[in-house]
Amino acid sequence: MPVRIQTDDFDLSTEIAALRAGRAGVGAVVSFVGTVRDINQGTGVSSLTLEHYPGMTDKSLEDIVAQAKARWQLDQVLVIHRVGPLQPLDQIVLVAVTSAHRGEAFEACEFVMDWLKTRAPFWKKEATPQGERWVDARESDDAAAARWGRPE
Amino acid sequence: MRVLVLYFASLRETLGLAREALDLPEAVATAADLRSHLCARGGVWAQALAEGAAVRVAIDQSLALPATPLHEGAEVAFFPPVTGG
Repeated sequence: MPVRIQTDDFDLSTEIAALRAGRAGVGAVVSFVGTVRDINQGTGVSSLTLEHYPGMTDKSLEDIVAQAKARWQLDQVLVIHRVGPLQPLDQIVLVAVTSAHRGEAFEACEFVMDWLKTRAPFWKKEATPQGERWVDARESDDAAAARWGRPE
Repeated sequence: MRVLVLYFASLRETLGLAREALDLPEAVATAADLRSHLCARGGVWAQALAEGAAVRVAIDQSLALPATPLHEGAEVAFFPPVTGG
């Protein structure tokens, strides 16, 4: 499965080993792991809850993976996104891309993350000393996604 | 036309509602029409869904535009800009 939504943690080495297994044409593996910070916009964050839209989440991530595969010569793409309660230092998201050469894998990995941040229906709620607050979307994320152009 | 409407994250909390089934009048034909229709309830609805409020809409689990048409049995979701990753 190229896309997994789960409450459980994941292990980067295990996932990459599975992605590469038996695929001798692969010469490049690029991965990104997003983690929970203990500070956001100057305020301490003691925990984080990730809400999502079951059904649409899978569909949107599968669509993003399909877009990446249409744009670059890739072998495999894996996206794991956690939901539910998380703590600072926890892993949130993994994007791993394999291809014959590094250029495609680097670009595709960044593309998948940029589109995930602006198109996949996840929402973060932070617990801070002042109480709970929903995280606001950032314009810099929109700009990062926009440089890849429109959906095809 | 009958549709299922879902609300997520801060919008769900503000409106105090996660989902509702609605029978829509004939004049409500697009995502934008439905948003205006819900705004007309007034109070928190008018504020949270006002024109200019940062609200995204999905129809049948795909991001939609204001002009995207509704259809019988559609699943329509309203939510704030996403913040995953």
